[in-house]
Amino acid sequence: MVKVLRRLGVDLDFHNDQTCCGQPAFNSGFQSDSKVLARRFLSIFDRDEYIVCPSGSCTAMVKIFYMDLFRDDPKLLAVAEKVSSRVFEFSDFVVNVLNREDVGSRFNGKVTYHDSCHLLRELHIHDEPRRLIRSVRGVEFIEMKLHDECCGFGGTFSVKYPDVSVSILDEKIESIINTGADALVSTDMGCLMHIGGALSRRKVLVKAMHISELLASE
Amino acid sequence: MEIGKLEFKKDSQRAVNNKTLQRALIYATDRLRERRKAAVEKVKNWEELRTRAREIKEEAINNLDRYLELLESNVIKVGGIVHWAKDAEEASSIILDIAVKRNVKSVVKSKSMATEEIELNHVFESSGIEVVETDLGEYIIQLAGETPSHITAPAIHKTKEDIARLFSEKLNIPYYPESEQLTKVARDILRGKFLNADMGVSGVNFAVAETGTIVIVENEGNARLSTTLPKIHVALMGIEKIIPRFSDLSVLLSVLARSATGQKMSSYVSFISGPRRKNENDGPEEFHLVILDNGRSGILSSNVTRESLYCIRCGACLNICPVYRKVGGHSYGWVYSGPIGAIITPQLQGLKKGSELPFASTLCGACKDVCPVKIDIPRILLELRRRVVEGRSEDRVGGGFFQKLGIKLWRLSMEKRKIYEVLLPLSYFLQQIWTRGSQDMIKTLPFPFSLWTKHRDFPRVSKHPFRERWKEIKQL
Repeated sequence: MVKVLRRLGVDLDFHNDQTCCGQPAFNSGFQSDSKVLARRFLSIFDRDEYIVCPSGSCTAMVKIFYMDLFRDDPKLLAVAEKVSSRVFEFSDFVVNVLNREDVGSRFNGKVTYHDSCHLLRELHIHDEPRRLIRSVRGVEFIEMKLHDECCGFGGTFSVKYPDVSVSILDEKIESIINTGADALVSTDMGCLMHIGGALSRRKVLVKAMHISELLASE
Repeated sequence: MEIGKLEFKKDSQRAVNNKTLQRALIYATDRLRERRKAAVEKVKNWEELRTRAREIKEEAINNLDRYLELLESNVIKVGGIVHWAKDAEEASSIILDIAVKRNVKSVVKSKSMATEEIELNHVFESSGIEVVETDLGEYIIQLAGETPSHITAPAIHKTKEDIARLFSEKLNIPYYPESEQLTKVARDILRGKFLNADMGVSGVNFAVAETGTIVIVENEGNARLSTTLPKIHVALMGIEKIIPRFSDLSVLLSVLARSATGQKMSSYVSFISGPRRKNENDGPEEFHLVILDNGRSGILSSNVTRESLYCIRCGACLNICPVYRKVGGHSYGWVYSGPIGAIITPQLQGLKKGSELPFASTLCGACKDVCPVKIDIPRILLELRRRVVEGRSEDRVGGGFFQKLGIKLWRLSMEKRKIYEVLLPLSYFLQQIWTRGSQDMIKTLPFPFSLWTKHRDFPRVSKHPFRERWKEIKQL
């Protein structure tokens, strides 16, 4: 992500204080624990012009669910609204803020794309990653069947109900294999860890890549 | 109906290992998904219709008391009798009482989730009254002694072969492999039941406050027969079935059929306003409307979850749900399954019994996108999760000791940068010992991480985490 954004002339900074936006606790029902981390996030990123995140679900947490979290706290709600308007998922940022599609990358092979649920259904980003992928030289883009079906990760769901989670994942893996793709690209670290973990376990020769890794290829 | 604590974990595990069930579920949900999609794509103002449908239900639920009273007075005006039931027990005894007083021996029923909810069949049977389900799917599961596994397609968990075997066994007939043959068998049997029934019981899809009309949506004509042939018609509705005006139906009927089965309109839509009039030739002599609460009014007080009551029971959220597609309806433990079941069962049956259900979702949000009344199911699931973990003391369930401990430790390490920065190299160190310095993804881990590594590899912790490398990268 650093490589691509720098290539596009973005001046980058990284706050060493940052940890987590609080999504895992929020999604598990531990909202008060989540709040502590959300407040921390807001104080760390309070003064940045743009905040770019390589995961759709983390972005959705800050942009959408922080508003739920601070519903009854007008002061923090105002801060959350301000900060969240500056938070962008990586592909959204490149296409809609930087107005770039071709970022000068090359990758020789077939690529398929998995829609991460929060990016697609909370942030409504569907075309942007596809446009970025299609602009990479040497890429043949193949849409998979069930491209917008959840991979079964669901945070703690993946360990709470591992059998169900993996059963959902099985169909995803089958969809990916059927495309004959060399690489599976996605925009969320959770999905990639899940799908990538299964591809590796089953010795399937499809590389699970974050979209920024694909765009960083030259 | 009183249910015990639900066992989603155990039941879902059994379901994913049942190959026949898996085949049936994929086949059925694929078809229903495709049909819905094709139907919706043909409607230019689909989003507008959904918004309008939601507004109608919102208005109805926000003014529930007023509209229910209006409904009551209008049903009485057209000659019907209205009964109020606070819970399942009351509803059952009201209906049984109607039957017993009129010496009813046999009852035909059309598909109704509310009657499933109060287990009306058991009530009739234990009083020696014959009751026959006349919807084909319901007839099948009644024969099998099961409960519905889908809101609109109750026998969705059964393959054609399952049904052929069931019919052969229970009806003492040869094994008929074709659907047409099986349907004919059911039809022949059911005709006789319709003609002999003393009472018909139905559900209600919509109850129009302004006219006292109940509306029943179906495809087989069995509801039409059940509500017109017998002398007595009893309709059971949950309080949330109310809609303000007759004209609202133009919106609601068009979103319901498309969402449920991909039809523009179902084959039959019956509008029933009271019993047969003096100058009319058909229709029942008596019409009773039983209005059931059974926990619904308890949902009204929450701004976040109130919209659970907007549901028009189309089943689209079940069909699109990746979890339902794997675990089927019975894993949800009560009559309502899938995403809508995961939000209404805990609210109607109590958070203690249904505490697992809000967690039985990946929060993928597909349900919200297909819902014809735009119920924000993921947000309601999150709210119910919060209530399970930190809610009021009477329904506080907690997340289990280890989960709680895990979350607290995790939070601490995320909150204190120092701890986080010690944990990173520490986990790298432990990883190196555990994997003996291998460079591959991690294949096995001790409990509880083994819940992940049983089926999936786990990424390695980097020796040089990004925050460390940033110091150098920054200078470049």
